[in-house]
Amino acid sequence: MKILVPVKRVVDYNVKIRVKPDGSGVDLANVKMAMNPFDEIAVEEALRQKEAGAATEVVVVSVGPAQAVETLRTGLAMGADRGIHVKVDGTVEPLAVAKILAGVCRAEEPGLVIMGKQAIDDDCNQTGQMLAALMGWGQGTFASKLVLGAAEAQVTREVDGGSQTVALALPAVVTTDLRLNEPRYASLPNIMKAKKKPVDVKEPGDFGVDVAPRLKVLKTVEPPARQGGAKVGSVGELVGKLRETGVIR
Amino acid sequence: MQVYEAPLRDMRFVLHELHGLDRITALPAYAEATPDVVDGVLDEAARLTKEVILPLNAPGDLEGCRLENGVVRTPEGFREAYAVFRDGGWPSLAGDPAFGGQGLPECVNKLVEEMICAANLSFSLYPGLTHGAAKALEVHGSPELKARFLRNMTEGTWAGAMALTEAHCGTDLGLMRTRAVPDDAGAYRLSGSKIFISAGEHDLTENIVHLVLARLPDAPPGIKGISMFLVPKLIPGEDGRPGRRNGVICTGLEHKMGLKASATCQITYEDAVGWLVGAPHKGMQAMFTMMNEERLGVGIQGLGVASAAYQSAAAYAKERLQGRALSGAKRPDLAADPIIVHPDVRRMLMTMRVNAEACRAVGIWVAQAVDLSKHAGTPAERKEAEDFTALMTPVVKALFTDLGYEMASLGVQVYGGHGYIRDHGVEQFVRDARIAMLYEGTNGIQALDLVGRKMPAHMGRLLRPFFHPIAAFIETRKGDAALGPLVLALERAFGMLQLATGQIATAGLKDAEEAGAAATDYLRLMGLVAMSYMLTRSAEIAQEKLAAGDDADGFYAAKLASARFFTDRVLPQATALFLAIKSGKASTMAMPEAAF
Repeated sequence: MKILVPVKRVVDYNVKIRVKPDGSGVDLANVKMAMNPFDEIAVEEALRQKEAGAATEVVVVSVGPAQAVETLRTGLAMGADRGIHVKVDGTVEPLAVAKILAGVCRAEEPGLVIMGKQAIDDDCNQTGQMLAALMGWGQGTFASKLVLGAAEAQVTREVDGGSQTVALALPAVVTTDLRLNEPRYASLPNIMKAKKKPVDVKEPGDFGVDVAPRLKVLKTVEPPARQGGAKVGSVGELVGKLRETGVIR
Repeated sequence: MQVYEAPLRDMRFVLHELHGLDRITALPAYAEATPDVVDGVLDEAARLTKEVILPLNAPGDLEGCRLENGVVRTPEGFREAYAVFRDGGWPSLAGDPAFGGQGLPECVNKLVEEMICAANLSFSLYPGLTHGAAKALEVHGSPELKARFLRNMTEGTWAGAMALTEAHCGTDLGLMRTRAVPDDAGAYRLSGSKIFISAGEHDLTENIVHLVLARLPDAPPGIKGISMFLVPKLIPGEDGRPGRRNGVICTGLEHKMGLKASATCQITYEDAVGWLVGAPHKGMQAMFTMMNEERLGVGIQGLGVASAAYQSAAAYAKERLQGRALSGAKRPDLAADPIIVHPDVRRMLMTMRVNAEACRAVGIWVAQAVDLSKHAGTPAERKEAEDFTALMTPVVKALFTDLGYEMASLGVQVYGGHGYIRDHGVEQFVRDARIAMLYEGTNGIQALDLVGRKMPAHMGRLLRPFFHPIAAFIETRKGDAALGPLVLALERAFGMLQLATGQIATAGLKDAEEAGAAATDYLRLMGLVAMSYMLTRSAEIAQEKLAAGDDADGFYAAKLASARFFTDRVLPQATALFLAIKSGKASTMAMPEAAF
């Protein structure tokens, strides 16, 4: 079975981001970029399935600018077999990504797609669901456990009330939550091999997708600065203050 | 708090821009090491050191190693971290591909070593000793021994240790007592006791391969009668797996000032089975192969600690609020200004920063020479690179480790009293760094090696690959208006180094004590010139980038500031050293022994 893993290049989670002075978005100049952490978990899961004999090939795919190849190489260095780079500059919204991925799915015919539940840059949490809908496949989102059979996948999902296990007919889409696994460090031999692994370059047009944004960003602002706190002397004073500020009545 | 992020931006600058990695990757042996591969390697090494190895540094210092029934237990977490490190293939980074190594160049390896040393100096000892032992085996071992041991050592599945020192013989190995007697099976039986054996016994690997210096029954007296033997903790069976326990017994652990998570063992060899490495009585040669490799590595330890101490101190200086800037409050919104506003704190931070940057540049210069000495296209190029490596090895070892300790101490100073208590972890840097000035030949021995062996060798030939490029650089840059002051200061220091070299060569020829009395100061003077040369060249690159408006992250402006600070505030030490050297040995040796 082939597993397809979409990966996104995002701002590294350690970076403290800044909003551009004109409010048009987040300043990405000279900012460290990395693979979306949820996607790392997805790559790890696919590799574990392959190592366990449940899959035969792991293909990573990224939709993004030229540098997205670095993100693909990260996946290849972890152990993925090959990459597909769909080259697009500028913003690509979840629906466009999902349509592109649907095109990749039709061409590659994977048995399973594993992807991050959301990207830590825009936190949309939409692409996996949209892809499943476009393909007419089952979806197991927010997975904390995956048991992969030949024709069916059992996915344990993290839901508000606890966990829920669903059975999906394959092919299907699984999106990862934090507790699914802990991604490995790339081994040195794999880092060196990654360079020689093939990466196909495609364009949205190859899949007949128009990536023009459908949404308009009105403005981007920093969260309000934290106001200084104050120490209170007693419970009574605390309750009084909470009333004053309208937190309780 | 101990913080450490590998300084990847500076590392890449040194590797790609200052020293031109392309010179190395142009060599067929290193064709794999393309910039994207190297960057991928550095990125992942940075993650691994920060996330896996650094968190064990402070707890490992507190817990230390334990000897229980002859078995040494490393601190909690070390086994797991070593397993991640080994399974990732990191021990074999620069190893020979014929024995499972990745064959990456030494200039990349040294940067990864710096990260490991900065994150956790104790941890670095285990792979470090294995490298040295594997290197000696690679060069001097028989094909049979290599086939039996080298792959496991290259891959880090088995560790290595070097057993030289005995209680009564450290620097003077001619006094050695450990004996080796031939048995009937073509092997030898070793008996004797060794001390100060780093990683002599531990629980990180399934086997440990000791390289032991000992005397054969027919050995000539003194240093010419020393042979090297390979003595495994567990003797590999026919299947190559660790088998029968050998007579290698850990009888104690040394109680040390620092480096607590590195097991420094007393080892007794009791009728232990060993095999000769190299020719009989030629053990010192084999040992020097291992030593030279190790000495560069120990230098990198000093650099690593300096870099870690700088980062911790800089982080603290930006958040610790005390007093107000002398020029008026800088942060009136806060109760006090962060201490980084104070010139004296700046002095310390800048000193730490520029010394680390300069050492990194010098270190990779030498590491590239190691690569060229092995794989350059022509014998002449290889020879020149070998000369340069031989000359610079004692400089890297002593200069970097002296500075590592001095910078760690400055780091504590930035913290004030909070640096002296354990909570922030910076006093550990001082204790850990101290050993690097002592082992693999004390820094005094390094200085003697420089003035006594390296300087006079082949009528001063070894000095040429150092002196000539610097002289040429000064000559061609003198007129440069912007770079001028830096070049002028370099020229002045370089002139003093040349004069000092002449004086030591002349006076030392008549009286070896003259050279001995000048040795340590001379080594530092040479180090300052090397550092100045590196930073001035860095400044030249930085200026070009700045002129082209190519400095979005401010790196080149900072590099220029570093070079200027070094030139203004560190390099003047060269004059003091020169004057001290010039005064000769008289006042050093005049005091009657009884008056001490």
